[in-house]
Parts: sequence; structure tokens; C-alpha cells
Amino acid sequence: MSEEKKPKRRDFLFTASYAIGAVGVGAAIWPLVDQMNPDSSVKALASTEVDVSSVEPGKSITVLWRGKPVFIKRRTEEEISEARAVKMNDLKHPEKDEDRAKNPEWLVMLGVCTHLGCVPLGDKGDYNGWFCPCHGSHYDTSGRIRKGPAPTNLEVPKYEFLNSNTIKIG
Amino acid sequence: MKNFFKIIFFLFLSILFLAENTFAENKEKLLKVDWSFKGYVGKFDRASLQRGYQVYTEVCASCHSMNYLSYRNLSEKGGPEFSKEQAKAIAANFEVTDGPNDDGEMFTRPARISDKFVNPYQNVKEAMASNGGAYPPDMSVLVKARSGGADYIYSLLLGYEDPPSGITLDDGVYYNKYMYGKMIKMAKPLSNGLLEYNDGTEATEEQMSKDVVTFLAWAAEPHLEARHKMGFKAIIYLIILSLLAYLSMKRIWSRIESKV
Amino acid sequence: MSDHNYTPSSKLGRWFNDRLPLLSLSAHLREYPTPKNLNYWWTFGGILTFCLIAQIITGVVLGMHYIAHADMAFESVEHIMRDVNYGWLIRYVHANGASMFFLAVYIHIFRALYYGSYKSPREVIWIIGMIIYLLMMMTAFMGYVLPWGQMSFWGATVITNLFSAIPFVGESITNWLWGGYAVDNPTLTRFFSLHYLLPFLILGLVILHIWALHVPGNNNPVGIDLKKPSNDTVPFHPYIVIKDLFALLLFLIVFAFFVFYSPNILGHSDNYIKANPMVTPAHIVPEWYLLPFYAILRSVPDKLLGVIAMFASIFILVILPWLDTSKVRSAIFRPLYKQFYWILVIDVVLLGYMGAMPAEGTYLLIARVATAYYFIHFLIILPVLGKKEKTLPLPLSITEPVLAGSPRSDMIKKKELYN
Repeated sequence: MSEEKKPKRRDFLFTASYAIGAVGVGAAIWPLVDQMNPDSSVKALASTEVDVSSVEPGKSITVLWRGKPVFIKRRTEEEISEARAVKMNDLKHPEKDEDRAKNPEWLVMLGVCTHLGCVPLGDKGDYNGWFCPCHGSHYDTSGRIRKGPAPTNLEVPKYEFLNSNTIKIG
Repeated sequence: MKNFFKIIFFLFLSILFLAENTFAENKEKLLKVDWSFKGYVGKFDRASLQRGYQVYTEVCASCHSMNYLSYRNLSEKGGPEFSKEQAKAIAANFEVTDGPNDDGEMFTRPARISDKFVNPYQNVKEAMASNGGAYPPDMSVLVKARSGGADYIYSLLLGYEDPPSGITLDDGVYYNKYMYGKMIKMAKPLSNGLLEYNDGTEATEEQMSKDVVTFLAWAAEPHLEARHKMGFKAIIYLIILSLLAYLSMKRIWSRIESKV
Repeated sequence: MSDHNYTPSSKLGRWFNDRLPLLSLSAHLREYPTPKNLNYWWTFGGILTFCLIAQIITGVVLGMHYIAHADMAFESVEHIMRDVNYGWLIRYVHANGASMFFLAVYIHIFRALYYGSYKSPREVIWIIGMIIYLLMMMTAFMGYVLPWGQMSFWGATVITNLFSAIPFVGESITNWLWGGYAVDNPTLTRFFSLHYLLPFLILGLVILHIWALHVPGNNNPVGIDLKKPSNDTVPFHPYIVIKDLFALLLFLIVFAFFVFYSPNILGHSDNYIKANPMVTPAHIVPEWYLLPFYAILRSVPDKLLGVIAMFASIFILVILPWLDTSKVRSAIFRPLYKQFYWILVIDVVLLGYMGAMPAEGTYLLIARVATAYYFIHFLIILPVLGKKEKTLPLPLSITEPVLAGSPRSDMIKKKELYN
């Protein structure tokens, strides 16, 4: 028995076994990890369609999307122009209103304060938009943070108008 | 010693034989079908699943719920694989109760693909009351809930006969030779030409039974194909790894064999 | 425990080991001298440990999605099967894993019975093992209730009703178990809690079981005491580790066939029907691994005596080290014991089969005979055999039998040498 040859062949067998074994262990672990990911019933509710035909100008509705409230506001001309008139320098989180509301009449945003997650109250606050009672954040008619501890504007989710009466969120 | 074991073995066999016959009671041998989904590489026949869905909807769904299926399942992999648009259109045919709305009232709206299959009745009691006191079982896992599985349901659908002489049936009770106890409260659901298949296949009793049972088998086990595929890979893998382990074991143990 | 003078190779290792000797423990486990003549029946301890860990992991994961409420339990299981990513796989692994766990434990127990592993000085290992077995049965019983199918509900009803057989306090105890006047939601929720708890108790007992084993060391097929370490032993790592791994992989192939190709064959179709307190299934049967006890229970016409007989059948096993009086361990050298052993095996399989049949007619008769034999085997045959049996002479060491392949042929050779 040549001592030289033996270690090489032995190493290959063991190395190969370890490597192939590791693949199996990984394959076994993956389902255990993936099961915690959103399941298909949750993913099916990942987008929701909302009928907005009953929303009058100046009024808003709140719908549930992915477990969170979404504000859908039909803005008046006054609210739109007020939002557009704001200078970027005055904003903690500069965002143009045109970028936040492609269709200026409709504002769709997550009703979750970007500070610590409370639901802001509509038609309140110093900027004619929303006011979060938890720690005093004020949002304007475009949902942008103007005063208070919230760091960013209210989030605008992905949405599209399927027709003039229906918005699909997500 | 050998005789002793022979005696024991013979006793064992005779018990098995006795068991088979006594427990057979008056159990009819089931009709056997060469299901495409049975066996180690079993798969569902898509066309059959789609036809089976049609049979379910047009014949069975008026009484039998399918509570654990969602409309989106119709377009998911491993099933009838209708397109997403088709599934949406199918769903839209059904009305679901939703709410309460801001007035506190419940309302109906067309189903979306995320909704579960609509139930023909509001609750179990209504289902029983509308069917002579018998509850039409939910079909989501029916194939797994009956001994004999797909073969049993297939046989049952084709197993209606005139009762043998001497047996009189009450109103609303029918004779079925595969049913436990022979009496069933469901009238024969299928007959030749009962519906027109969308894909033009001839709708014989056997064809409809085969298709609807295939559909029910999928409804009970929507991940069957993934399971079979994974099983094949897993077992091949384990065989390879066992071989490697065996060779490693021999290599390691050879170290001491030489020493003794 | 041992006189290893193990010093970790790194400074950090030494620092840590001085404070918590985990590295010493690891070294002990690696070097643990194991008889080199162990056959494949000895691989089931490792397999069982794997099964326990697998059940705990899959169980905890299922617990993230399962809802322990009578109105939602069945539906939550279907949700797992249909919607949860790989839910169907994890559920089938857990359900079939229970069966594989019991298959392995029965092989493990019958190995002990054949080779006398329960005899002195290993009595405590055996008793701990019996407690583990009992806890396994309780865990499995409660686990089967959780899907809230017809068998879950009615099996729970039948077995919990047994406690009402206890005189005076029976009914109170049963209502206490139920949390009500019948099996219902309170029963389900407490069973879920206990089903989650017990496996961790089993895990603790398994550690004690292995610890107790490491005191005298493993038994071996020939049943003679070995010097450890010696030429008769091999270090656990890598020799036994690789052998256990190989055996485990073969076991997993069997497991995989069930999970992927016949996941429901060991179960009962009635459990896919939602529990209905108004309708009793035609035949109430427990899962296969509880069938022998079910048969014993139903053999006795009296309710209380049936319960006593069932518990006695387990208790008898606990005191086995004192019932079997033979000084010889392994059945290889006990020709009469060996025959009765195989009769016992057939008897237990028969009991299992009868447990699945209706308790009437010929089936009941056979179950009664088999039950009688079971008790006679342990209470009469074993004590008598120990005293009366003429055993074969034991070999002087294991080394020769290992080389020659058959222990007996070498014994005969030795007999000539030493006559």
C-alpha cells in the first residue's frame, strides 16, 4: 500500500461526501426558512382594487391594504394648488407634489406616520393635511412632513387607475 | 424448531385470510381506473382537470361546497392551469358576501381570485335541511377522506342500481352498491350528455366521472406534482449520499481491520 | 465521568473550558470507547435522536401556522397544506415522522430485549427508556388530536373516557382532563400546550439516557463485558459516527418513500373529515403504533380491568430487568429464550393487527390469547427460563467472533482449545 496515494484518495472521498452532504443539509433547511415568508394566501392579497366612484372632492376614504391603512383623498383645486406652491427648501423631505400624485386630483398614501407608525388624523394639523396625535407630526395636502418628528413624507405605494372608478393598489 | 415456526407462520396466514374475508362483509370490489396522477411519476391531466372543474361547477357545486379552494388556485401551477384572466373571469361569475360597509351592512360583490370558492349554502344546517337531512360533504379533501380514494368516488358515481328484491327504499333514498350501507341520499348525479364540455369531448357518464374525480383529486392534493418531483430528487440524492457514506465507512473501518 | 486529561489546543478554548467544560464533553463523546462488534441494530439510538430533533423542528415550524381552536384547527391544517410555502412537506414530514419515530423505537426496544441490554448494570438506562416511551405515546396521542378530524376527536373521547373507570374519582378526573363535560375546545388547547412541552422533557430524558449509558458503556451482540478502551473498542468518532450516519441515510430513504409517495397510507381517511360530536365513525382506531395496547385494552370485558391490563402491559416492561433472571445477556447464547423472543415478536404484531379489527368474534378471541401470552411471557416464562435454561458457553472475547463472522463457530473452536 503506497502511503502517498492513500491520503489523496481518502481525502477526495471525504471531501466529496462532505460537499454533497452539505447540499442536502441546505436543501433541507430551505423549506424551514421559506415557510416563514408570506404564504400564497397573503401574497394573493398583495394587491387590492378599490372602487372610488363614491368619493366626492374634498373627501377621503381609508382602505386596508397589506394590513395597513391607505388614505385615498380626492383633492379640491385649492388643495392641489396649495400643495404645488410649496418650495422644496421648506421641506424636510423634498418631494414634488407632481411626483407624489400623477393624477393631481387623487392622493393615495399609506396612512402610517413615518415616525413610529401611528395612523394620522385627516383634515387636521397646521398644514391642512394630516396630523399625527402620537408625537405631533404635521403633514400637508400632499402628505409631506412639515412639522414634527417624522423623518419622511407619507409613503406613496405602487398604484394605478384601472379605469376612472377603480384604483389597484400594490 | 423449524416445525414450530411453520405452525406459527401457517396460523398467521390463516388469520390474515380470515381477516380479509370477514372484514370484506358485503364490500364491493371498486372499479379501478388508470389514474394519471397515481404512481411515482404521476401527474394531473390538465385537460381532464379543466373538464372536471366544469362538471363540478355545473353539476356538484349546487349542493357541495369546496371551502378550501380559492379561485386563484385554478391558475396556479400543478392544477387546471387556467390563465390568470380566465381564473379572474370564472371568479367574477360568483357573488360573495362582504362587509360590513360603513353603514354597517353586509353587501355582495363579484368574487376576486383571492376569494375562496363560494359555498352553496350559508351553513351546515341549511345544507342538511335542503337535502333531506343529509349533509352534502365539502369536497376539498373528499378524495382523502374516503377509504378507496379516487377509485371509491369514481365507483360510487357509477354505482347506482335498482335495489335488489326485498329492499324497499324511503323517499329520497337511493341504492348504490359502493356506498357504506348501500343507501345514499344523493340521487344519481351524472347521466350521458348531461352537459356539453367546453373542449368538445363527449360527455359520457364514465368521462364525466373520470374528469370530476381527477379534479377532486387535485383539489385534495394541489401540490401532488411538486411532491412527486421533489420525492424523485430526494430519493436519488439519498441513494447517492448513502453510497458515499458506505464507502467512507469502509475506508474508515479499514484502519482497524488491519491492526487486529 | 472519565479520566480524560483533555486540554483544548487554543488559549480561548482553555479559558472557556475551565468555566464550562463543553470542550471536554465533546472530547469525551468523540473518544467514547464503543464495542467494535456492534451490528446495525445498534444504529437506532442515533436514528431516534435524529427523529426527535426532526419532530421538534418541524413541530415548532408547524406551530407558527397552526391554530389551536376547535373552530379553526382543521382549516389551519389545510391552510398549511395549501398556502404555506412547503407547508405540505413540513406537515407530511411531521406526521410520517411520528410513525418513523415509533418504528425506530420498537426496533430499538426489541434489540434490547434480544441482547439483554436491560440487564444489570443497565437497569436505569432501561427504565429511563421506558419513561421516554411513555412520554412518546402521550405526545403522539395528543398530537393526533390537533388536526381535529373525526379520528382525532373520537380517539380522544375513547381514551380520555377510560379514566372514568377509576372508582369514585373517575368522572371528576375525566372532566378535569377535558376541561368540560366532553372533548371540546378546552381539551384541544391544553393538548396543544402539552404536545409542545413533552418533547422537551423527552429531550432531557434522552440526555440522561445517554449519560446513564456512558457509565457502563454499550452492551454488544455477544453480551460479554469489555474492557474500555481496548482492542475490542473503537473511538465513537469517526467509526460509530460514520456507521450511524450510513444507517440514518438508509432510514431516511424509507422515510422519503412515505413522505413523497404514500404520505397518508399510515393514517386513517376518517381524519380528513372535520370532527363531528354528533357522528361516530364506524371503526375508531388509534394510529398503528398504539394498536397493540388498544388490543390489550379491549381484550378484557371489564372497563376498569381493561385499563389496568393496558397500563400493566407497559409497567411489566419497566420491571423486566428483575423478571428476567438469567445471568446471560445475549439471546445468541440462550436458545430457548430466543424461541420465546420470536413468539413474543409475532404476538405483538398479532396484537397490533387485532387492534385494528372490530373487537368481536375470532378477532377478539385471538386478541385475548395474544394478551394472555404477553403476560405469561414476562411474568412466568422469563423468570422460569432464567433459572432453568441451559445457556451456551460464552466466548472469552469478542475479537475472535468478529473475525470469523459467527460467534458460535469460534466458541466451539475455543471449547476444544480450553477443554
